[in-house]
Amino acid sequence: MISIKGLSKIFNTDAHNQVTAVDNITLTINEGDIFGFIGYSGAGKSTFVRLLNRLEEPTEGQITINNQEISSLKTKGLRLARQEIGMIFQHFNLLWSRTVKENITFPLEISGVPKTERDDRVQELINLVGLAGKENAYPSQLSGGQKQRVGIARALANKPKVLLCDEATSALDPETTNSILDLLVDINNKLGLTIILITHEMHVIRKICNRVAVMESGKIVEQGNVLDVFLKPKQDVTRKFVEQVMGSNEEEEDLQQLIQSYKHGTIIRLHFVGETTNQALISQVAKKFNIDINILQGKITQTQAGAYGSLFVQMDGDQTEIKQAIQYIEKETSVELEVVQHVN
Amino acid sequence: MLTDLFPNINLEDFWVATYETFYMTIIALIGTFILGILLGLLLYLTTKNGIWQNKFVHFVVAAFVNIFRAIPFIILILLLFPFTNFLMGTIRGPNGALPALIIGAAPFYGRLVEIALREVDKGVVEAAKAMGAKTSTIIFKVLLPESMPALISGLTVTAIALIGYTAMAGAIGAGGLGSYAYYSGFQRRDFDIVLICSIIIVIIVFIFQFIGDYIANKLDKR
Repeated sequence: MISIKGLSKIFNTDAHNQVTAVDNITLTINEGDIFGFIGYSGAGKSTFVRLLNRLEEPTEGQITINNQEISSLKTKGLRLARQEIGMIFQHFNLLWSRTVKENITFPLEISGVPKTERDDRVQELINLVGLAGKENAYPSQLSGGQKQRVGIARALANKPKVLLCDEATSALDPETTNSILDLLVDINNKLGLTIILITHEMHVIRKICNRVAVMESGKIVEQGNVLDVFLKPKQDVTRKFVEQVMGSNEEEEDLQQLIQSYKHGTIIRLHFVGETTNQALISQVAKKFNIDINILQGKITQTQAGAYGSLFVQMDGDQTEIKQAIQYIEKETSVELEVVQHVN
Repeated sequence: MLTDLFPNINLEDFWVATYETFYMTIIALIGTFILGILLGLLLYLTTKNGIWQNKFVHFVVAAFVNIFRAIPFIILILLLFPFTNFLMGTIRGPNGALPALIIGAAPFYGRLVEIALREVDKGVVEAAKAMGAKTSTIIFKVLLPESMPALISGLTVTAIALIGYTAMAGAIGAGGLGSYAYYSGFQRRDFDIVLICSIIIVIIVFIFQFIGDYIANKLDKR
């Protein structure tokens, strides 16, 4: 769908100084992906997304979207290609002089859609993003979340295959962020749109992305399926981002003390990785085997690919029952299990 | 009553003078608006990192604007006499004043246009580019509408400067209230005429200011 080869962007800050904002990125993005790029400010992610529709001219490298090589297009070809790439922005960038309806009509005017077809299309989009009743409001009369909905409707007007999101939720409060993210997932499902989003919030990645790339000083230092990256972060910077949503290792140290204080039973760590079928595991095991299960500590979070996280439990009761229960979890379910401590 | 307070006023001359002032101001304002928008757009678009970045064009336009803004208006009229004669076929009367009025006011307005355009949110221009807009679309559907309140306020300021210019032009034969005040009033020591002309010009200025403010406010949806 989208393939990027050796993409670089070097800014000449003055005659002698150069800043490499994007450094030799090679990457493939599949159709229907929600691909997240995460990094701290200055990591080059914003420059990267702007290179994709050539709001910034690449210094080097090749960008192919939908079998069309964006990086070699001339002015007119580029304009036509851009009409098929939607983009939304951190600060929405709506025209204040136009109403909601007129803002959404704007890209249709640009692509030359006949007047008679515009109104239907605009109404369809207004309903899709949930702004019915606000057609004639001006952007200054809308909240941040509503403005971003207009931005999304505007970006979708020309039925693009790709949607670029440049920190689209960074100016919004957490609750509004969630509603906008839900909307993005919704249009990803409904329209089969490929979404590329950049953010500095791991929460955003966790909630809607299926693939993620971590950026640091212009390079992609780690990429893969969101779950894999959550589960086995290789780089320090990735670990920090994962801690944003999962808590840090300090909590596990506290746990060691907790474990020491249990004088009987077996303490087990259950690891959920993309679980969708075994979420009722604890009650299943408790029903099947004659043991008590005591939940000590844990953190489970939901990602697009299912639940992810770990749970510390204490199993108490008959030794053989406990062994059977452990065997059952290991063999019959996909939950990973680790015996932390065995007392008795 | 008017004749008691202002015994020397010839009503017919007075109305003709007022009409000429309005005529010169409005026609010159239209010319200034068109030429000023053109100059302002050129300055904005050819500037460094602008859409049509072009050092040479920018330098030429900026030089034109700066030179004609530097010349005092009364001297500009004299300087432009040959040009005016060529263009209008006369150097007298309201029509003879128009070229100098427009060339005197347009560079000033052009700078105000440039400032107004620079105030347009760069993100919005970028969004239009990302949608695949042509430069002409960006100019007519983004830059000009988004800066319209500032363009109108700038035009109001320019209109008031123009009214001043018409009075100055009047003193060297262009007609209008300035001419009436100078020739019929001052030179004949009929100071009531100077006074009534001043009052009318102040009222005209207030009217322009009021209309300008009203339109600018009405257009501003921010």
